[in-house]
Amino acid sequence: MSNINGLLSLKLLGFSFLSMSVGLLFMGLGRKVTARIQRRLGPPFYQAFLDVFKAFSKSSITHNYVMDLGIIMSLGGLIATAFFIPFAGYAVLGSSSIVIILYLMSIGYLGMAMGVSASGNPNATIGISRALALMLGYEIPIVMIVMAMMLTYGSSDLLTFATAQQGGFANWHIFKYPLGFLAIEISFQAMLGEAPYDHMIAPAEIASGPMVELSGKYLGIGFLLHAVQLYVETGLIVNLFLGGASTWYVFLLKQFAVYFTSMCINAVMARYRIEQGIAHLWKYAGTLALLQLFITRLGVF
Amino acid sequence: MKKNVYMTNLRDERQNAWEGILNYFRKRSMWMLYYCTGCGAVELPPTMTTRFDMERFGMGPMATPRQADLLLITGYLSVKTLKRVIRSYEQMQDPKYLVGFGSCPINGGIYWDTYPVINHLEMFLPVDMSIAGCMPRPQAILDSFEKLRDEIQEGKAVGYKRYEKHYDWYKANQDKVLNREDAVLQPWEDPFADKPTLEALQAGEKMEEGEDK
Repeated sequence: MSNINGLLSLKLLGFSFLSMSVGLLFMGLGRKVTARIQRRLGPPFYQAFLDVFKAFSKSSITHNYVMDLGIIMSLGGLIATAFFIPFAGYAVLGSSSIVIILYLMSIGYLGMAMGVSASGNPNATIGISRALALMLGYEIPIVMIVMAMMLTYGSSDLLTFATAQQGGFANWHIFKYPLGFLAIEISFQAMLGEAPYDHMIAPAEIASGPMVELSGKYLGIGFLLHAVQLYVETGLIVNLFLGGASTWYVFLLKQFAVYFTSMCINAVMARYRIEQGIAHLWKYAGTLALLQLFITRLGVF
Repeated sequence: MKKNVYMTNLRDERQNAWEGILNYFRKRSMWMLYYCTGCGAVELPPTMTTRFDMERFGMGPMATPRQADLLLITGYLSVKTLKRVIRSYEQMQDPKYLVGFGSCPINGGIYWDTYPVINHLEMFLPVDMSIAGCMPRPQAILDSFEKLRDEIQEGKAVGYKRYEKHYDWYKANQDKVLNREDAVLQPWEDPFADKPTLEALQAGEKMEEGEDK
């Protein structure tokens, strides 16, 4: 029994590193994409790795132990979510319940909220309150889409949704549920905190929001957080709408395609105000998701 | 003009293989906080954006001193601003580097005899690199950053260690201008005319160390 547990913990460790390195690679590539859109050369594609190593080589300031705990809880929550995302049809824990995924994803934000609020900087508090308010905006469309899928398949397993799309492009949910895909693309932009929903970071406005007090190693963990978040959320969309994948490189390519779209939108959009952002999410993403739910329920598609 | 302290470079004694690896990452990823005190800030947008594209070298702007590695003093520094700059510099985390833009942080520039402006930044904070010019063009800025990268790799850019080691000297200089009580509108005289330079201080320390042995 201990033998199996040892193997499992090795697998979990491997998955943690996989999610972090995939996310960091995407972050570097995303910066490159933004640079090319702005007609610059841009940093090398491995820049995010350099940044994280450098951040961990610096000294850092902590304000109290709640800050340390909050940041670790945030990273832990997101990595735990990553275990439930099927990577190329393989769920490391044997389960990929979408309910657990949606539940664990918010732990990342809550841990971040706890940690950075403990730092006592008002900018951090403003930033995290914006992030939590925005969460209210995008979780509702996502839950409605997930409900539509659960009603169709009678299951809450993400892997079931992914395997149901096998057998060619026509089976992909992006074509079966186009309204739902649009809704989740809009929500995805808000989940990642990219423009037009980047009120959370807003460097020129609230001095990078939650990250304002993070220095050195804490900022390094902040980078890793964003990396794992990227992996989780792109993986979620690929499994839900882009047919999953049977091989790892196809899965990574699809994940990057999702992120690439997001970065292109990010590069050309301005920022909404926070109340505009939430209203926009509910009006457009919410309406699309609700329509999709009704259409699915009535059996039109 | 008397010999100034910004020429002083303290070799990093702890430089070993591991530090060398870390220095590689430090030089490839420099996040900067630019303190727009004067006209130098206007040279930074072209350096950062499409034409000269500083991000090629992994450099980018950061929002707060806590996150930054590189503090840019872009132009003249008034006494009031100096107080804020010192606070910003002390909030930054080691290793940190400080770059003075243009002639004003070097010798006061055209403001050399103006009462609210300080003349020698290196008297108050350890300057790792000074860019001469009024103002330096983006090419000069990129060139100086390249030199700074070389110095970081060689372990020569250790201004923050110099600041720790000679904090008393820097603190005394800072207090001299920040806590000034005499009237400012009077014939100008160099407040640091009779101060020992940092080099003299270091030379004295070396002699003392020799005596101990």
